[in-house]
Amino acid sequence: MRYVEEFNNPELARRLLDDIHATVTRPWALMEVCGGQTHSIIRHGIDQLLPEGVELIHGPGCPVCVTPLEMIDKALEIASRPGVVFCSFGDMLRVPGTDRDLFRVKGEGGDVRVVYSPLDALAIARRHPDREVVFFGVGFETTAPANAMAVHEARRLGVRNFSLLVSHVRVPPAIEAIMRSPDCRVQAFLAAGHVCSVMGTAEYPELAERYRVPIVVTGFEPLDILEGIRRTVRQLERGEHRVENAYPRAVQEGGNPAALRMLEEVFTVGDRAWRGIGVIPRSGWRLSDAYRDHDAEHRFSVSGITTRESGLCRSGEVLQGLIKPHECAAFGRECTPRTPLGATMVSSEGACAAYHLYRRLGTETPAPARTTEEATPVG
Amino acid sequence: MCLAVPGKVVDIQERDGTRMAQVDFGGVVKDVCLAYLPDIEVGDYAVVHVGFALQRLDEESARSTLELFEQLGVLEEEFGDAWGRAAAEAGAVRPVEEAAR
Ligand code: SF4
Repeated sequence: MRYVEEFNNPELARRLLDDIHATVTRPWALMEVCGGQTHSIIRHGIDQLLPEGVELIHGPGCPVCVTPLEMIDKALEIASRPGVVFCSFGDMLRVPGTDRDLFRVKGEGGDVRVVYSPLDALAIARRHPDREVVFFGVGFETTAPANAMAVHEARRLGVRNFSLLVSHVRVPPAIEAIMRSPDCRVQAFLAAGHVCSVMGTAEYPELAERYRVPIVVTGFEPLDILEGIRRTVRQLERGEHRVENAYPRAVQEGGNPAALRMLEEVFTVGDRAWRGIGVIPRSGWRLSDAYRDHDAEHRFSVSGITTRESGLCRSGEVLQGLIKPHECAAFGRECTPRTPLGATMVSSEGACAAYHLYRRLGTETPAPARTTEEATPVG
Repeated sequence: MCLAVPGKVVDIQERDGTRMAQVDFGGVVKDVCLAYLPDIEVGDYAVVHVGFALQRLDEESARSTLELFEQLGVLEEEFGDAWGRAAAEAGAVRPVEEAAR
């Protein structure tokens, strides 16, 4: 359990919370879309500071978690081949495939490398023209411009031995899929701030209107999240459903125009499977035909993959906000960060991992976090 | 990989026809591509995601975010030793790195 006093500006946190408490008269269910926000919420115990009945439902916004098992298995298969240098962000190393992960492949002799930026992978390709260098291009709209540029540069500089294994996902179609689900309890969304730094907010008014939900663009820091929640509950109480930007310091309405142009050039929108959830129409990007030569799926024919998901794992329900992690019977027993059954237990953005890390086992009753005396001030 | 981290542009050069910067993230300096923020200058702050500057940011919020990310271990996660972390999580020894990169 964390206390307001640990926030970097406790006084402002207190004011925001007071305002939220003064505004709320009824129960509301809000979904934070992004896994970075989930992590911040659980780490700071924000959900436990909210008025009774205001629930934060954790959304599917963790690219590591939603990368389909088949794609992970393809990555593992390509990474095991001789002559291949397989580059990835560090977050993907321990995502379970059907029978192993990238960390294991490396241990078995595969040339797997962790890079900070996809341009680092391109640099490796230029240093090793005799090797096939593949970059695992996962992520939401925030990561997509970087991966798009890497392929664009590979083509411009004639680096033929560089390819991208693409598994990009887009947030707005996921919001739509959640709203259409018959089990949907979500009444408002905190939209992911950094996704909007790239994309802007143009895709959201239509969704807010069609599903009559407030959508508030929100940052990742505790105070940003409180501000996002404050604006969201205010709209809900007033019966409004607008798009608001609660993160103007990093998000402009039009997003980043240069990045948008690059995405348009390199990628094509298509249907994409989300791990644990299934196919969501138009929810992903793949390389457009002009970049086919740099598409790892095209370059390496990977066939004969039979995927097998753990029978115990309920990460699909976790990702759709239908259950909380500790409601999964395997949580903390068969499934821990050391022996993850699902990807949501691996990534620091995954809800199961966040609950495990901050010991939300569902058994303890939340301690009241109201008084200064019992607080341990930090920083 | 998911969060964008603010940093300060300390140097800018042209490399292979692309504008590249050295960006300081609270002590860790990385190469960052400026193609998506072409008019940024040395001394400016920007939100950077996997090696790409995406939005300008004012100095004060950049500093307070960096401080918070440092405390929360976000910087270690983004720039630290991913193999060491994965090995610790897996309860295994870290695999051998290639000699020549
Ligand atoms: S606790 Fe583990 S098994 Fe259960 S849903 Fe989460 S990842 Fe899957």
